[in-house]
Amino acid sequence: MSAASLGALTRAYPRVGAFLATFPVPRPDEIGLDAWLDGLGEETLADLGMTRPQILDHVRRLQQEDRQAGPEPVRAVTILGGRDKLGRAEAVELTIRAGEIVCIVGPTGSGKSRLLADIECLAQGDTPTGRRILINDAPPPPGSRFAPERKLVAQLSQTMNFVVDLTVAEFVAMHASCRQVADADAVAERVIATANALTGETFAPTVSVTQLSGGQTRALMIADAALLSASPVVLIDEIENAGVDRRRALDLLVAEDKIVLISTHDPLLALRGGRRLVIRHGGIAEIITTSAAERANLLALERVDAGLMDIRERLRRGERIDDALEPWK
Amino acid sequence: MARPRLVTVAGSPSVGKTSVILRVLDLLAAEGQKVGVAKFDSLSTEDDAAYARRGIPVSVGLSGGLCPDHFFVTNIEACLEWGQRQGLDLLVSESAGLCNRCSPHIEGVLAVCVVDALAGIHTPKKIGPMLRLADLVVITKGDIVSQAEREVYAYNVRLANPRAPVVFCNGITGQGATEVAFHLRAAEDTGGLEGRRLRFSMPSAVCPYCVGETAIGETHHRGNVKTMRFEDQR
Ligand SMILES: Nc1nc2c(ncn2[C@@H]2O[C@H](COP(=O)(O)OP(=O)(O)O)[C@@H](O)[C@H]2O)c(=O)[nH]1
Ligand SMILES: [Mg+2]
Ligand SMILES: [Zn+2]
Ligand SMILES: [Zn+2]
Repeated sequence: MSAASLGALTRAYPRVGAFLATFPVPRPDEIGLDAWLDGLGEETLADLGMTRPQILDHVRRLQQEDRQAGPEPVRAVTILGGRDKLGRAEAVELTIRAGEIVCIVGPTGSGKSRLLADIECLAQGDTPTGRRILINDAPPPPGSRFAPERKLVAQLSQTMNFVVDLTVAEFVAMHASCRQVADADAVAERVIATANALTGETFAPTVSVTQLSGGQTRALMIADAALLSASPVVLIDEIENAGVDRRRALDLLVAEDKIVLISTHDPLLALRGGRRLVIRHGGIAEIITTSAAERANLLALERVDAGLMDIRERLRRGERIDDALEPWK
Repeated sequence: MARPRLVTVAGSPSVGKTSVILRVLDLLAAEGQKVGVAKFDSLSTEDDAAYARRGIPVSVGLSGGLCPDHFFVTNIEACLEWGQRQGLDLLVSESAGLCNRCSPHIEGVLAVCVVDALAGIHTPKKIGPMLRLADLVVITKGDIVSQAEREVYAYNVRLANPRAPVVFCNGITGQGATEVAFHLRAAEDTGGLEGRRLRFSMPSAVCPYCVGETAIGETHHRGNVKTMRFEDQR
């Protein structure tokens, strides 16, 4: 390591390059890491806030991370029941596979968040519910549980917003480069095009992320979660319906082999899932498989929704809505 | 009676330290652990009331004109003795680094750094030893920012500290507190602190203004003074 020039080192190990770039001192490409540190001197090192051995250890760990292959893809998540708030056994063994949508229903305070938190932290009988989570039909290897590259769940909810001061193109490209994808700009372009296909009001890559409307924001979040997020599980918490094509959004996540969990009482989302979990008193009380009759009802509801979307679009264009409306049959 | 185990929790003001500590200590107290807090601040604090409301014993140290982190090092041993007199199993220190350069973390004592996702994706690059040399990094306020920003933020935290596990914890709902508690349970026995070392030296510079100078101008610059260089004057 010490023999290689800084230029070669930072090209081979992008994380090392990104870390060293945070030091506000000149970093000539030709010299080696040791020679560079020698040249900095004690006072500069003190200013940088790290000792020489600490910097070397840091670089070694980042190299390791750059070398590491990604974690094994997650094909299935299994929830082994624990007990509910009344201490009754939760007789559940539920496996959710990649590309599947499962909805979670139940009143506020019934324990939906706890279930999602159990999945997120890969509970092993050590949370208040006593549930256990299996990944690919086996307990997660010890050590992988809190590893940052293993963040299992990507979360989308009403309260989340973009706060960064960047344009859409800049930000998505930045996310892509953190994910170390091969062609960050091309992937960013694809994310933005996909987001635009999900929303009625398209947006340009040059607009600032904080300036997007509610619908555009959700659309970009969903496209990014589907195409760029490392997390195999996507959790959607009560997302508002305004301005996003929910059906396409879910199709996209499924096509990317995500495990989709939706906490919702929106019939268009709830009936789109293959199954829904009914949460009561902190436990999974029932698992309902969406029936053929429910699927037929979903089609009727989708027509109603399309009708509403259409009226919204006409209002946007400044039209009058005084014609006799079809009952969207 | 043995000394309580010590965990240092550090982070800029208002990142959510108190909120997270309350959530985590609730979990540990429910397991029967006797927990307490040593709170350090510069001018004043209301955190002691928040801890007291939950029945958590708390001692407060106000550093006044000193950097709270320097004040921390001078007084942490006495806080640990206080914790022992209270019969604590676990003492958590809460301190706010004000300069992003000092850090209260001690060798062999579990060191937690709390950072705030709302502070912006570049923030992890700007925090010194407090973040870089921590054993556990807790990211708060993830409930307000996008998943994409959380991922970029966590990546930047990882660049700043490739040793520590990174946990997202919501200080308001407590989501993630189970994971933080998991790491706190593993804190080693601290024993006495006498002879232990800080993980990184605090800034050694004492400039004239540190020792009470108020007048501006070069004639007043005595002692350890650092001046800026400008591109156009090279
Ligand atoms: N939205 C949100 N707010 C938080 C979170 N954690 C803390 N806060 C709020 O941030 C503010 C500062 O929190 P506090 O714990 O006092 O910060 P401290 O100064 O670091 O101890 C309070 O208003 C908290 O309610 C979080 O995860 N999400
Ligand atoms: Mg506080
Ligand atoms: Zn300081
Ligand atoms: Zn000074």
